[in-house]
Amino acid sequence: MNDPSIRNAGGAPNGRISGKGISMRRLLALCRKESYQIVRDPSNILIAFVLPVILLFLYGFAINLDVSLVRLGLLRLDDGPAAVSFEQQLRGNPVFELHPGASQAALQAAMSRGEIRGMVVIQSDFSSKWTHGQGAAIQVLTDGSEPNTANFVSSYVQGAFANWQAARAPLADGTPVPGLDLRSRAWYNPATISRDYLVPGSIAVVMTIIGALLTSLVVAREWERGTMEALLATPVTAAELLLSKILPYYVLGMVAMVLCTLVAVLLMGVPFRGSFLVLAGSSTLFLGAALGFGLFLSTTLRNQFNAAQAALTAGFLPAMMLSGFVFEIGSMPLPLRLLTRVFPARYFTSSLQTLFQAGTIPAILVPNDLCLALLMVFWLTLTARKTTRTLD
Amino acid sequence: MLKRLLALIRKELQIVLGNPKSRGMLIMPVVLQVILFPFAATMEVRHATLAVYNQDAGPASVELIQRMGRAAAFDRVRLVHSEPELRATLEGQDALLGVAIPADFSRRLLVGETAPLQVILDGRRSNSGQIATGYVTQVVSAYAVERGAPAATTLDVRNIYNPNLHSMWHVLPSLVAIITTIGCLFVTALSVAREREEGTFDQLLVSPLTPLYIMIGKAVPGILIALAQGLFIAGAAAWGFRVPFTGDPLVLVAGILCYGMALAGIGLFISSICMTQQQAFFGVFAFMSPAVLLSGYVGPIENMPLALRILAWSNPLTHTILIMKGVFLKGFGFQQAWPDLWPLLAVAVCTLSIALTMFRRHIA
Repeated sequence: MNDPSIRNAGGAPNGRISGKGISMRRLLALCRKESYQIVRDPSNILIAFVLPVILLFLYGFAINLDVSLVRLGLLRLDDGPAAVSFEQQLRGNPVFELHPGASQAALQAAMSRGEIRGMVVIQSDFSSKWTHGQGAAIQVLTDGSEPNTANFVSSYVQGAFANWQAARAPLADGTPVPGLDLRSRAWYNPATISRDYLVPGSIAVVMTIIGALLTSLVVAREWERGTMEALLATPVTAAELLLSKILPYYVLGMVAMVLCTLVAVLLMGVPFRGSFLVLAGSSTLFLGAALGFGLFLSTTLRNQFNAAQAALTAGFLPAMMLSGFVFEIGSMPLPLRLLTRVFPARYFTSSLQTLFQAGTIPAILVPNDLCLALLMVFWLTLTARKTTRTLD
Repeated sequence: MLKRLLALIRKELQIVLGNPKSRGMLIMPVVLQVILFPFAATMEVRHATLAVYNQDAGPASVELIQRMGRAAAFDRVRLVHSEPELRATLEGQDALLGVAIPADFSRRLLVGETAPLQVILDGRRSNSGQIATGYVTQVVSAYAVERGAPAATTLDVRNIYNPNLHSMWHVLPSLVAIITTIGCLFVTALSVAREREEGTFDQLLVSPLTPLYIMIGKAVPGILIALAQGLFIAGAAAWGFRVPFTGDPLVLVAGILCYGMALAGIGLFISSICMTQQQAFFGVFAFMSPAVLLSGYVGPIENMPLALRILAWSNPLTHTILIMKGVFLKGFGFQQAWPDLWPLLAVAVCTLSIALTMFRRHIA
């Protein structure tokens, strides 16, 4: 390895060729070999085509952040008209599944088991206090171990309570309730269906799997099995070697991208409002960055176990956690916000969400694509340099 | 026989821990994830920008905007001066939320009419948008109450187990289970596959060790690694992040051990149907990523369709997260944890016996 003259004498006919020249014939042969290796191993097909569809469906149907059903315990110790009418208000709301309980302790035990996410307690003096205007109170207890659900529980109960109060108040003191009427409207996603933004975001995760995880193994595998030595003994140049690892996986990634888009739009009914050409361009830049990163790990670590672990930790997990598709980047502390800028998934997620839901908006897409292009050049150059050195 | 078994376990541990690169791969990611993810995996809204299009010149709207700006979620209030400007601000994601106040807002309030105002959220980020809308709603209703809406009846909201709804208290106990999954599955699934790929598995099979012992020898290192990683993260959660630990520490250990066994069973099962490390790695991944989604960590299980709820219930990660949350926040002892412990043991028994059958068939 340390003696370039020996390696080149056996390898390239011209002592200086390694890393530069490209012979189409050799490149095609290598690409064909790589493609056969991809197609013949069923685990590649599993990761590239089966898992993406499963994940897309799970993000679309299993993850519903809008909380459409709240299991709510109810303890009504008061038979007065006000208490009964509030219970009816809750029952009339399809979002609540009411679980009447015998005592607060019983309900609390059910909450500890996770059977209910919150409870409403109406004390025995509620109606009498309410009719006399003596500051009657309704208690709401939520399961704080699920903070997101707890927030939804309390805001839904608050909504039901406000409606109930607005309907009852004129009867109590004769005047209508003045005040403020806050209406909310969501642009691009009027029904605020979480599927419509989670599915485009999850395509970025799926593409990271194909781009970085599949490729993290390819070079390491050749080193572990000793076939890399055999390859190096042929006249193959570094550029050919690298391209033969990139091109087949790029094609695989683009096919998977088309599959994901079709599944999202045709089967899951996610709207697509942008330009397909821009989508293809962004996907190419993203795949370039992800492939470059995966190959870099594979080339440097030369061990499948380590490369796989590294690809998972530095590729897949950041795409899940730091790309902003489930967890809002703006809410993270500053050091993390800066860190997210290193990962290509962040830019791709943002572009996908905009292309699917809002349309072709240059203010979002141009900076994203520039960053992706930069990351692509960075990782591919780094990998190319590593590949050259091992051939020398 | 026990001596041979111990020798096998030691050999397995040496392969994983002996080489500094592999050792680093089991320690570094865990440390990084424990440091980074609790800060990232939050559903709270912070540092957001609020775009306000105020057509009203009266005092009420100015007062209301000032109050919104003081809400903890918003760092910045950006005043826009036209409908198109508001649209562009949201479109370019320069603001999370837009508020539009009509020209007659203050006048209507003054004469006792209901004054409408509108919140516009970005559908691309509608979850954060809805949460932020909740904050705005609170500000608006507090203001309405002060202006004389009847306040004879009140709603007292109290969050038990986590009074201030710290997202860290929910994230860290869940991470104990999620991060442990990766290390344990990898070690068990790849160990047999590596021996297959290198041809040393046949040597193991002709050794005096029976398939049962080989399987135990392959499972124990994975379980030990799960235990070490799980306890490390739990320690970091309790002491580093100050998540209250209210339950029985033995339940924590039992929960991680049972989960480790279930994972080792799954890992060995994957390993037994794979010929190469690549296949084993992809197999682990194909199990793990749906398992995280179906664990109730990202979205609540009760919102899933029935078929997925059944899958979520048979997912060992679901039960482990419940045990961890219970033991940290809900004061779980063995009695409360049992409904979630036995499914883990059931998964472990099933997968380990399938793996054993596959090993036996490999010899026959």
